[in-house]
Amino acid sequence: MDPECARLLPALCDVLADPRQPVADDTCLEKLLDWFKAVTEAGSSLLLLQDHPCLVELLFHVLKPQDLSSRILSFVLRLAGIFAAQENCFQYLQQGELLPGLFGEPGPLGAAAWAAPSVRSGWIQGLHSLAQHPSALRFLADSGAVDTIFSLQGDPSLFVASAAGQLLVRVLDLALCGPAEGHISLQAWDWPACARKIVCHLEDCLRSEATPRVTQALHVLTTAFGHCHGLWTQGLWVQLSPLVARLLEKDPVPAPHALVDLLLSVARSSMLSSDPGLWETAAQTLSRLSPTQAGPLAAGILKLQDCPQALRIQAFGVLLQPLAFVLEATAQAPGMPGLLEGAAGDLMAVDTLPPSKSACVGLLCSALAHLELLQPLPQRPSPWPQAPLLAAVVAILRLCNGSAAPNSEAGGRLCAMLGGCVRVQRAALDFLGVLSQGLGPQELVTQVFAILLEYLVSPDSSPTVLKKAFQATLCWLLSSAAPPGCCDLEPYAQLVLGELLSVLRKRLCSPCWEVRDSGLEFLTQMTRHQGGQAGFRQALLASEVPELTRQLLQDPESYVRASAVAAVGQLSSWGLLAAPSSPEHAATPQKTPLEELLLVLTTDSEGFPRRAVMRVFTEWLRDGYADVAEDPERFVARVLQAASGDLDWEVRVQGLELALAFLEQLLGPCGPSAVAPPGALAQALQALCRVQLFEFAFRSLFDCDRPVAQKSCDLLLFLRAKAIPSSNSQEAGDGPDVTSVEAALRRWQAGEQGQPLGELAPEAVLAVLRSMDLEALQDTLAESSDHVERSPQSLLQDMLATVGVLGDNEADCY
Amino acid sequence: MKLYCLSGHPTLPCNVLKFKSTTIMLDCGLDMTSTLNFLPLPLVQSPRLSNLPGWSLKDGNAFLDKELKECSGHVFVDSVPEFCLPETELIDLSTVDVILISNYHCMMALPYITEHTGFTGTVYATEPTVQIGRLLMEELVNFIERVPKAQSASLWKNKDIQRLLPSPLKDAVEVSTWRRCYTMQEVNSALSKIQLVGYSQKIELFGAVQVTPLSSGYALGSSNWIIQSHYEKVSYVSGSSLLTTHPQPMDQASLKNSDVLILTGLTQIPTANPDSMVGEFCSNLALTVRNGGNVLVPCYPSGVIYDLLECLYQYIDSAGLSSIPFYFISPVANSSLEFSQIFAEWLCHNKQTKVYLPEPPFPHAELIQTNKLKHYPSIHGDFSNDFRQPCVVFTGHPSLRFGDVVHFMELWGKSSLNTVIFTEPDFSYLEALAPYQPLAMKCIYCPIDTRLNFIQVSKLLKEVQPLHVVCPEQYTQPPPAQSHRMDLMVDCQPPAMSYRRAEVLALPFKRRYEKIEIMPELADSLVPMEIKPGISLATVSAVLHTKDNKHVLQPPPRPTQPTGGKKRKRASDDIPDCKVLKPLLSGSIPVDQFVQTLEKHGFSDIKVEDTAKGHIVLLQEAETLIQIEEDSTHIICDDDEVLRVRLRDLVLKFLQKF
Repeated sequence: MDPECARLLPALCDVLADPRQPVADDTCLEKLLDWFKAVTEAGSSLLLLQDHPCLVELLFHVLKPQDLSSRILSFVLRLAGIFAAQENCFQYLQQGELLPGLFGEPGPLGAAAWAAPSVRSGWIQGLHSLAQHPSALRFLADSGAVDTIFSLQGDPSLFVASAAGQLLVRVLDLALCGPAEGHISLQAWDWPACARKIVCHLEDCLRSEATPRVTQALHVLTTAFGHCHGLWTQGLWVQLSPLVARLLEKDPVPAPHALVDLLLSVARSSMLSSDPGLWETAAQTLSRLSPTQAGPLAAGILKLQDCPQALRIQAFGVLLQPLAFVLEATAQAPGMPGLLEGAAGDLMAVDTLPPSKSACVGLLCSALAHLELLQPLPQRPSPWPQAPLLAAVVAILRLCNGSAAPNSEAGGRLCAMLGGCVRVQRAALDFLGVLSQGLGPQELVTQVFAILLEYLVSPDSSPTVLKKAFQATLCWLLSSAAPPGCCDLEPYAQLVLGELLSVLRKRLCSPCWEVRDSGLEFLTQMTRHQGGQAGFRQALLASEVPELTRQLLQDPESYVRASAVAAVGQLSSWGLLAAPSSPEHAATPQKTPLEELLLVLTTDSEGFPRRAVMRVFTEWLRDGYADVAEDPERFVARVLQAASGDLDWEVRVQGLELALAFLEQLLGPCGPSAVAPPGALAQALQALCRVQLFEFAFRSLFDCDRPVAQKSCDLLLFLRAKAIPSSNSQEAGDGPDVTSVEAALRRWQAGEQGQPLGELAPEAVLAVLRSMDLEALQDTLAESSDHVERSPQSLLQDMLATVGVLGDNEADCY
Repeated sequence: MKLYCLSGHPTLPCNVLKFKSTTIMLDCGLDMTSTLNFLPLPLVQSPRLSNLPGWSLKDGNAFLDKELKECSGHVFVDSVPEFCLPETELIDLSTVDVILISNYHCMMALPYITEHTGFTGTVYATEPTVQIGRLLMEELVNFIERVPKAQSASLWKNKDIQRLLPSPLKDAVEVSTWRRCYTMQEVNSALSKIQLVGYSQKIELFGAVQVTPLSSGYALGSSNWIIQSHYEKVSYVSGSSLLTTHPQPMDQASLKNSDVLILTGLTQIPTANPDSMVGEFCSNLALTVRNGGNVLVPCYPSGVIYDLLECLYQYIDSAGLSSIPFYFISPVANSSLEFSQIFAEWLCHNKQTKVYLPEPPFPHAELIQTNKLKHYPSIHGDFSNDFRQPCVVFTGHPSLRFGDVVHFMELWGKSSLNTVIFTEPDFSYLEALAPYQPLAMKCIYCPIDTRLNFIQVSKLLKEVQPLHVVCPEQYTQPPPAQSHRMDLMVDCQPPAMSYRRAEVLALPFKRRYEKIEIMPELADSLVPMEIKPGISLATVSAVLHTKDNKHVLQPPPRPTQPTGGKKRKRASDDIPDCKVLKPLLSGSIPVDQFVQTLEKHGFSDIKVEDTAKGHIVLLQEAETLIQIEEDSTHIICDDDEVLRVRLRDLVLKFLQKF
């Protein structure tokens, strides 16, 4: 502990102990605890207490009968726990009978303060901290704390109840996981008394008719198997698994969610997953729970690396059931292979479909979400029923947009429940997008494109649904273009593309900005991937889409302008931004995309479009875009000039990014490679001076926004590594006079940014780079801006000051 | 209570409600879809239309070729368009006491009813309804009278001939009752019978019922109506909207506790969301104009057009359409745009607050000021000087059979650059376009119908909880084209009663109570007695006086003072009952206690039998029966009057008298 903190500590302890000086802010106490925790982890708690008797006094102070606020009481309980976590310190505190006073019967347990949840929570957390060594275990056993923990499991405060459960697990682990672990028997009746007591309690709970008690026990077990990896967990599971299995015999099954959590936690534990009984219980659970309840268990099982194949099939059946039901209910004619063929489990009867709309929607959405997560996993079920899944998703989407006309009664009900349901539409479109990674029979792919087009065309698609539809369409179009890079889209996809572009044309005119925005995003992505492809190019150039995109640079909504910038950047990289054909524009010469984007950069009032422009420019420079490659120096100079004056720090960072790209082009890529050859270096430095890159970089070095300064620092370090061999980095030599430059830089650092740097010669730049301690600057910048405020010293001062201020206010009242 | 259904059109209703001796007509909508069977009336001589071939029967008989013309496989009547009137034979319309109008679209048949049926009653409507309704009628009359047609076809209406015609003429209903448009004179006369009302105003009809208009949220001044007596309440819901458009929001709370709710005027396109349609409208408009094409919007001169102009006001700048002229052409365009700005009290809250700033509530004022929106009474005159293309034209009539729209269809139909966007849901756009085929122009269907959809209806019904719902039969089943959409129908418990044209419904509830007033002096004389906590009774002798559907209890006439022996005798003869009034009894007889009492008074051998209605106490020795039922007690004994009186007195001990 630094001396300044040590000096402040007694005063702080006084304040904390004084009920007349309430601490205003809980977060201060939390920070204080964090600090003490850090201090005790770094050194001996015992020494700390001996060096600072005020701390012990504070702890003892609580034992006196008085009106302490519950938050201070809670704080002291937790603090005592932190100190007592070290066994010697625990014994030190025990000598003074402090711990029974705090955590035993005479403490807050019996007092009125116990009514405050924060005190109960502090009590539990204190015990949780101290339960680290055998002495603590004895203390816990003797003080009767375990019984109190049992009762706190049912606490009305959920935080307290949950912490109580975790504490029980901690105690179990402590009792069974000591140095004598090797001798611990797998039979629970041989375990230490304290552990036996807890196990008995868990058994009682699992046998109980009261669902909350069953839930508590299941939570404790879930935590135990999830967090503890001692051998004893096996014993515990052997002991309790029959009771867990018996829960399934009850109707309805109590605490289904907690049960699912427990089974998954056991299944994931490497110690326990070899138990065949576990898989049997899991299988039973799958069949006993309702589809909604069993969904998470099924999904969890399927994500496991290894589990019995039969169970996997059953679990997959549970997830597929809702989709199979939809498929069945909407089937126009038999013949389509069912989703559940070969899978265990019967098709849901019509009456098991959840009766309410929200339950039905919830079930479908969760099934779709689970399947979506499952699809890309290597351990996903195999064979993956790609075709029926596609058919089911298409059927769901048709039910949602009202284009399905099912004959069955169940289909009619589904139709009424899902009609216009945005949640299901989004989930189904997400899943449909993921399904594009595996193709399907041509007929189904045709249906997929048809329904996607329906969604894109329909004026009733909400903006969020439309966005998902665009994303799914992109996935399918890209997956149709195989093999990548060389081949055109499949003929059908090519046909779709034509319709798609006409939809896109309309969507870009939508009065809803979200729609225009997602349309542009789609166009950008599509062009990025397909820009070089003849079919795509032809279709795009024949449409009005490029021209509309260019017009959207003037959109009133800044997000749309930003997306339009990205799209224009992408289109013109591929040479797809043809000059407009309409005669009225022919007279006035059309601006080049570069000029248009520069105009956005210099005139747009919002940050997003300007940032987007900078990203496009950087990309253009890196990729050697024709207009840029013509005269890169002029380009960089213009962009840097615009970026350096920008008010948005992200634009300035992007400017530095662009500068870095320019540097790399001149001097070779960043990396361990040696210094650039002198001839090239001289030329490069000349060029950099001409584009005024240094002025921009130096100015950024002292930018008021830290990320800009950091980026600039990185850039200059890179330049120095390239320009100055490390051997002569100290060599000042007979370089040019840089005093004026350094003086200007100092003024900039002091905040006077107005002054220009003037003409910079390459030699002067090198000299300045040599003289600057960029590493030190980098370190300073790496520290977060509030590093001063976050020091413990500052915390203590703040707390004292707050109390002082409170006192003043009190005085003012008189 | 009976409901006579005179119109089969669910959104253009015309029903007559007989309720408590009043006869109330609810709306009088005019079904104009009949005009789709006629050829358009071109404003400018159209060689295409005038050279259409006449239609002849399969056997080559061409006797109808003057009346019927063929165009792209469809047959049209070449005559002045005619309208399908509400039923006039189902009920004698001269007996109608009042007509309640719910909105300006639902009054278009008014002149036919008020001028030609002997109607002598009053019409009630709000001021904007009347003013805008007048504009609609004026426009209609103007459109038709502007293009006089020499011939009037009637031969085809002959039933035997009609059978031979192709669809849809063959299936047109009641063609014999179709009538030509009314004249301006008839319109003025009809409108003069209207009495203006305000929302929530209570109007007494003959003292029997009270009618009240409530805001319905659909159009300027549109209303639902409450028709109630003291103990019965009928709600008439017609053309209501819960969306936030320009009119005052719908008053739902006042519809609660109705015995019967008559539900008409729901959205005609339940699957189209108005917001999406507006978006679609804007996108298509922008696309067409950007390509150098013109946009034609066939519309009514009031209603959705205000909302469309407001959307465009926000949209045109962002879409880069500021330089495109918008034209609104209607004989009543000017009045419509100006009326909308002065009915502030009938507007939604947002627009009302603007008036206090003061700003015009609708932004089309600014469009006009900045010359972006121009309006003209017709294509003749100033318009032809100002006309610039590409442009957007709003004009009527949405049926495409008359009005300036006919001219633009002829003018722009040949170019695929142009687009016609249908926003009014009243006419099938394909049928409307039929006489213009083949057509190169693009057609976009964006029906904007802000009236209630079925989801909103089911919420509304859940909230207002009417005992019975009555609605057109179309609402009780899914639309024929989407028979699986069980969500597209009115779903309520008990199931809604449905009606169709020319049907008479007996509404399923009986009147059970009538309110009677009591004169103060009579009330003074009453001496109530509390028989249960909170319930007091008093006997009343009075004369019931009924006049103008009001019932009053008055004190009985006092016996005239005796002036002579003869008269005195007669006076006492007149009101003999007053003197011998027996006390009224109340209460119930607890059988067990009664038996105990009997035993106390020396009766033995008592048996009690339970019966369906109560008990029989059997005194076997005395051969006597005492029948105790809920509302009567009988003592049956054999000619033993003394015993009977004894028993009677014992029974009376258990009852209260007053």
